[in-house]
Amino acid sequence: MISTDAKFTSPNDIAAFARQLRNKSKAIPKVVRVCIGTGCAAKDSRKLYELFQEAARKSSRDVRVETKNVGCHGFCERGPIVVIDPGEIFYQQVEEPDVAEIFRETILGGRILERLLFEDPLTGKKATKAAEIPFYNVQKRVVLSANGLIDPTQITDYLAAGGYSALAKVISSMSPEQVIEQVEESHLRGRGGGGFPTGRKWRSCREASGNGKYIICNGDEGDPGAFMDRSIMEGNPHSVIEGMIIGAYAVGAEQGYIYVRNEYPLAVRHLTGAIAQTRKRGLLGKNILGSNFSFDIRINRGGGAFVCGESSALIASLEGKPGEPRAKYVHMVESGLHGKPTVLNNVETWTNVPKIINNGGKWFADIGTEKSKGTKVFSLVGKVVNTGLVEVPMGISLRRIVEEIGGGVKDDKKFKAVQTGGPSGGCIPAEHLDARVDFDELTKLGSMMGSGGMIVMDEDTCMVQVARYFTEFLQKESCGKCTPCREGLAQMLHILTRITKGEGQADDLDKLKALAELLEGTALCALGKTAANPILSTIRYFQAEYEAHIQQRRCPAKECKGLFRYKIDEEACKACGICLKNCPVDAIVGEKKVPHKIIQEKCTLCGTCWDKCPFSAVLKV
Amino acid sequence: MAEESQLIDEIVDRYEGEVGMLIPMMQDLQAEIGYLPVDHLRYMGKKLEVPMSHLYAVATFYSSFRLAPKGAHEVTLCLGTVCYLKGAGEISQAICREFQVAPGGTTPDRMFSYNPVNCVGACALAPVMVVDGKYHGQVTMESALEILHGLSLEEQTKEATTAE
Repeated sequence: MISTDAKFTSPNDIAAFARQLRNKSKAIPKVVRVCIGTGCAAKDSRKLYELFQEAARKSSRDVRVETKNVGCHGFCERGPIVVIDPGEIFYQQVEEPDVAEIFRETILGGRILERLLFEDPLTGKKATKAAEIPFYNVQKRVVLSANGLIDPTQITDYLAAGGYSALAKVISSMSPEQVIEQVEESHLRGRGGGGFPTGRKWRSCREASGNGKYIICNGDEGDPGAFMDRSIMEGNPHSVIEGMIIGAYAVGAEQGYIYVRNEYPLAVRHLTGAIAQTRKRGLLGKNILGSNFSFDIRINRGGGAFVCGESSALIASLEGKPGEPRAKYVHMVESGLHGKPTVLNNVETWTNVPKIINNGGKWFADIGTEKSKGTKVFSLVGKVVNTGLVEVPMGISLRRIVEEIGGGVKDDKKFKAVQTGGPSGGCIPAEHLDARVDFDELTKLGSMMGSGGMIVMDEDTCMVQVARYFTEFLQKESCGKCTPCREGLAQMLHILTRITKGEGQADDLDKLKALAELLEGTALCALGKTAANPILSTIRYFQAEYEAHIQQRRCPAKECKGLFRYKIDEEACKACGICLKNCPVDAIVGEKKVPHKIIQEKCTLCGTCWDKCPFSAVLKV
Repeated sequence: MAEESQLIDEIVDRYEGEVGMLIPMMQDLQAEIGYLPVDHLRYMGKKLEVPMSHLYAVATFYSSFRLAPKGAHEVTLCLGTVCYLKGAGEISQAICREFQVAPGGTTPDRMFSYNPVNCVGACALAPVMVVDGKYHGQVTMESALEILHGLSLEEQTKEATTAE
């Protein structure tokens, strides 16, 4: 028997302890899992957890019930989510008053509460288990497999689920060279956006001369609309740590850093707790698992600068400097942090490592397309029915993600585009929805894989506004070091703003293209080089929309204020007088029982009537 | 001066005086006082043998640092893509108008500091406003203003979910 908080002194201890844990958990017949990821926690899921705990404590019946708080299940749209074992019964949108009933009926009585199950909006069929819900059954969960199952604050949960067995395998039976060979064979490519082969990066670092090498985990997930890495760090922090320890062993590093965004307090908390537990267990620190390999990890919180997701800027930040990138003619793997050889990988990349070691590089390489292997986690958001975190095998079509997993576009609107790759990505239109998720294919379409944000846009979204939004974002986040990015983005933003105000000039598109080309060719870092993607991809696929703004002073999506008019639908108008009273310039006329009218000459297009009308009788035309 | 030096000594020692840990040190200082007072920074610079210009460069480069005191409450509005598509831009304008506050600034009555940020990564809740660590999802212009009008100077509404 290994005592519950003992330090492991040999690789064999891990498997023995995991067996012990599993036998113990068999004795507990009922488990309640409450999601406490940021999405569910915002809907007060912590309170649910406490109520379940209280109910379990108070229960007089002779049943042992374990309550766990777990990481994100991914189906954030339907939170808070509660899963009950045995049976993997999946309850969604659970509220405080439901707790007593769930406890009495399902946990003690073994009966299912129909009203809390997910109902398929198309077929009306109820799903008892997650696997029966279309959102889940198209997915392939490798990286996220333990998310939602284990309590991220307990190392024992991770160990019971097979955690640190890859590390034990590496230390007991593999040389650093063999580890790198497995990673190379897997063809794993960096999940942070660059898509650089991980194995090649590790090998270069291992072969680089000099000691005091570093390992860095990039958790500075700055892309708006992306939360893959947050959910992994929050829901399964040990998987990141295990990947990093294996990486350190392979390249010969003694110190690691995890750089986490300042906006992710829960991730920082879970990682900090996980590192402390790992040290106590002898999995981090001196002589890991009784071997002569030593490694430790430190957490750094970001300062709120998007550019720090770029590797050389991140390293500047870790050195206590402003996060300005440098030209990369000298590679990180030769001279990175403090001038030492450094391997920097993204959160999701690190999480894949233990899986590859356990299952073999070939297993990983069997998933996906020719040049993009394994799975990829996406945060599927925007105007889509099922918002959430999804993991799919590489090579799946965008259509299946949007339509089958995402359930299509919200409110029966028409699909317009899906934006991938973060702010420097691009918008992919309906005619390319059958494109496959693959590093190279997405690049060919003028977008990119990026870190995995996937934002669905409907017919009401103006693509010029989208380009303007991303350009404004990048202009604000440009560090200002190189001129093309600092000045070029400001100019492009100026032109785009002009177009959305209806003041576009005939040669604006040519100017935008010329600036974009310049930026791509001359900017210092990846942020600048790719900054024109949102503009170029929207011009490429939605040129007519730009032209409507410039030539006809009209916004086809009716989003740009001033480039469309308001009109009252006489049939829908109930003559209630609300618009009339609220109009700031008295541009609406009408009497009781007579449909109201907007006097177009007086109207300032402020949109107040549209906001206020309770019958949606004000139309944008 | 004694107070400053004591606090800074303690913070610097926490990181064994490693200059590379400057950002975490400044984060700790800000967590302690709420902002980065100039006297504290000056003392920190001396202790670490780093020029004041460098500290200032770091403090102004990263958006989470502030050089002026903050309000009684911390209000963060997400302006990420999804929140933006769902109307966060207009909510932000309404907040600035209603409370006479600029993005990154503090209301004249010091009731709250207002920080629009790029993305809090809670897109299923869009648009999201975070008040003292509590996430408010699906806010509208009306509900956001109502929440902010409900704040009071005495009471802090720290939530266990995100408090560090």
